[in-house]
Amino acid sequence: MTKFEEKQPSVSVDKLMWMYEQMAKIRYYEDQMVEAYTEGKSPVFNIGEGPVPGEMHLATGQEPAAAGMMVHLTKDDTVTAPHRPHHHAIAKGVDLKKMTAEIFGKESGLGKGKGGHMHLFDPEVKFSCGGIVAAGIPHAVGAAMANKMKGKDWVAVAFIGEGAANAGAFHESLNLAALWNLPLIIVVEDNSYGISVPKTASTSVESNDLRASAYGVAGAYVKDNDPVAMYKASEEAVNRARNGQGPTIIEIETFRFLGHFQGDPELYRDKEEVPGLRARDPIMKLRQQLLDAEHVNEPELEEIETRVKQEVDEAYQFARDSNYPKPEAALDDVFTS
Amino acid sequence: METAKKRMLTGNKAMAEAIAQEMENDKNVFVLGEDIGKYGGIFGSTQGLMEKFGPERVLDTPISETAFIGAAIGAAAEGMRPIAELMFVDFFGVCMDQIYNHMAKIPYMSGGNVRLPMVLMTGVGGGYSDAAQHSQTLYATFAHMPGMKVVAPSTPYDLKGMMASAIRDDNPVVFMFHKSLQGLGWMDQLDYAVGHVPEESYTVPLDKANVMREGKDVTIVGIQMMTHYAMEAAERLAQDGIEAEVIDLRSLAPIDKDTIINSVKKTHRLVVVDEDYRSYGMTAEIAAIVSEEALYELESPIKRLAIPDVPIPYSHVLEDFVLPGPDKIVETVKQMMDEA
Ligand SMILES: Cc1ncc(C[n+]2csc(CCOP(=O)(O)OP(=O)(O)O)c2C)c(N)n1
Ligand SMILES: [Mg+2]
Repeated sequence: MTKFEEKQPSVSVDKLMWMYEQMAKIRYYEDQMVEAYTEGKSPVFNIGEGPVPGEMHLATGQEPAAAGMMVHLTKDDTVTAPHRPHHHAIAKGVDLKKMTAEIFGKESGLGKGKGGHMHLFDPEVKFSCGGIVAAGIPHAVGAAMANKMKGKDWVAVAFIGEGAANAGAFHESLNLAALWNLPLIIVVEDNSYGISVPKTASTSVESNDLRASAYGVAGAYVKDNDPVAMYKASEEAVNRARNGQGPTIIEIETFRFLGHFQGDPELYRDKEEVPGLRARDPIMKLRQQLLDAEHVNEPELEEIETRVKQEVDEAYQFARDSNYPKPEAALDDVFTS
Repeated sequence: METAKKRMLTGNKAMAEAIAQEMENDKNVFVLGEDIGKYGGIFGSTQGLMEKFGPERVLDTPISETAFIGAAIGAAAEGMRPIAELMFVDFFGVCMDQIYNHMAKIPYMSGGNVRLPMVLMTGVGGGYSDAAQHSQTLYATFAHMPGMKVVAPSTPYDLKGMMASAIRDDNPVVFMFHKSLQGLGWMDQLDYAVGHVPEESYTVPLDKANVMREGKDVTIVGIQMMTHYAMEAAERLAQDGIEAEVIDLRSLAPIDKDTIINSVKKTHRLVVVDEDYRSYGMTAEIAAIVSEEALYELESPIKRLAIPDVPIPYSHVLEDFVLPGPDKIVETVKQMMDEA
C-alpha cells in the first residue's frame, strides 16, 4: 500500500496515474489547439480563417471532471458532451487522430470534415457531442434506457456546463431518468460562467447537486476542481447506476482558464481571476499528490508527459497531412445506406 | 453641395442605436436574452444598452429560451414591448413552441383582441465554418408560418430603420440579422457591413423590397448576404454588357410581390438566390409567385440558387460548395442569357 492509499484506502493510485496521464494529454492537446487555431488569424483575427476555422471552445483547466469520471467507465458506457468536448473525448478514448483531423476539416476525420469541433461522433467508444446547450442530456437518457432494455450494466454520462442546468432539457431528463430508474449520471462542470453570464446571475440555487432532491435522485458536489474528490464522487455514482439504483447529479467546481471561445475579449471578468485560477492548477496538484505518495518519481512522470506529447503531436501531424474532402462530398451522407 | 461627411456605422451599432432610441421614447420597451447585458450581445446588437438603461430594462437571461421567449410573449400581452434575442436562429429548436404556437397564433386565435407587440431578434447565416448547428438562416422556416412578420435587413441603414419599425409594430416581428453584416471585428471585414446611418430616429417599412440596382436584362432577387453577392455579380455582369436588376427582398413576410413582378415585367428573366435550403424555400416561393402572376412575361425558365438540401457542413471546402456566391450567380445568369 502506498502512502496515498494508506490515507485514502478507497482510491487506487494506478487509476490516479491513469487520470494524470489523461489530464496531461488533454492539457497539451488544448495548448496545441490554441496555437493551431491562431494560425492564419493574424494580423487580423477572423474566426473563419486558418486551418482550424469556426468557433473553438477549449477545456483547459477543466480536466478533472473528464478524467475523474472516465477512469470508472469502459468503452461500453456512453458519454455525451457539450460544445466544449475535447477533454471528454480524449479521456473517453476517442480516436485522437481522427478527432483532430475532423477539427481540421479533413476527409480522414471522424465525420469526414462535416461535423467539426462541436460535432464529434465516435461510436466505437460511444462518444458524441453537440453545439446546442443541454441537448446531449436526453441522448444520454436514451442510451441509459437502451442499456437497461438490453439487460446490460452499462451506464450513460451526460457532461454539461453549469449554464445548461437552466435549460428545460436538464429538468425534463432528470425527471424521466428518475421515474424510469435509469443508469444516468449528469456531470455539471461549474466553470462559473455561461459565456459572460456568471452562475450567480443565472441560477437560483447555489449548486446543481441541490436540485437532485427535487427529482429524488442522488447529488454530489466536488469542490476546488479536485481530481481525487471527482474520482470518488464518480465512483459512487457509477456504482449506483450499475447496480440499478438510479441517477446521480455531480456538480464539480472547475476552472475555465481560457475565454468562452478563442477570441473572447473576456471583458466580463476581472483581470486577476485567471492567474488566480491558474495558481490552483489541478494537474499540478495531482502531480504533487502522486509524488508525495511516493508512488512515482519525477522521471517516471516526465516519461508520461513525453509519451502523451508524442501521441498528441502525431495526431496533429496526421490531421495536417490529411486531405480535404472533395467539395461534392458535401452532398453525401444525408441518408446512410 | 454635399460637404458634410456621411455618418458611417456598422450593422450592429445601427441596430443598437434603434433599440436605444425606442427605449428612450417608450418606457415599455425592454430587452432580454443571453449575454445581451455587459457583453452587449454576442453579435453586438445590444452594445451600450446596459450602460444606458441598466439591468431593469436590459436583462441577461439564463440559457432558458422557452422561459424567456415565453415570458416576452406574456409581457407583450400585458402591454410591454419586449425585444428578445435568440442568439443564433439555429437554437429555435428549444423554444419553437413558444414562437409558432403562441407568439404567432395568439393574436389570431383571440380574434385580434390580444396584441403581441414584440420583437424576436436573432442571428443568422454561415460562411465561417460554424457548421450545421450554428450556420443556418432558416428564413423559410419562419416565413412559412402565418402570424409573424419576418424581416432580414441587408444594410446598416435598413437594420436601424427596420428595427425601429419592428419595435413600434403591434405584431410579433422576427428580426433576423446576418452575423456577417454586423461589422464584427472577429469576422470577415466586409464593406457592406458598414454604411451610412443618420443619427436621428427614422423608420423603414417592414413590407417593401428595395431595388438596389436597376437593370433591364435579368432580375436577381436576394436577401442579406445574397443581395450583396448579387450586387457583386451584377458589377461583373455589367462588364460583359449584361445589366442585372438586383432586388433586396428585406421582408420575407409579408413579401413584396409588386416589386418583384414589376421588375420581371421589365427584364423578363429571374434568378432567385437564397442562403437557405432549396426545397420549399424562398426561391420556390418567389418562383411560384412569378409563375402565378407573370408567367408569360418570362423569356426563360426561372433559376434558383440555394443550399442543396444538406445540413451545412463544417469543412470550408464543403461549405463553399453548398453556399451560393457571386461566381455561381454570374455563371447562372450567363447560362441563362446564352440559352435565350
Ligand atoms: C440552446 C442554446 N442556447 C444558447 C447557446 C449558445 N451558447 C453556447 S455555449 C453557451 C454557454 C454555455 O455555458 P455552460 O453550459 O456553463 O458551458 P461552458 O461554456 O461554460 O462550458 C451558450 C449560451 C446554445 N449553443 N444552445
Ligand atoms: Mg459554464
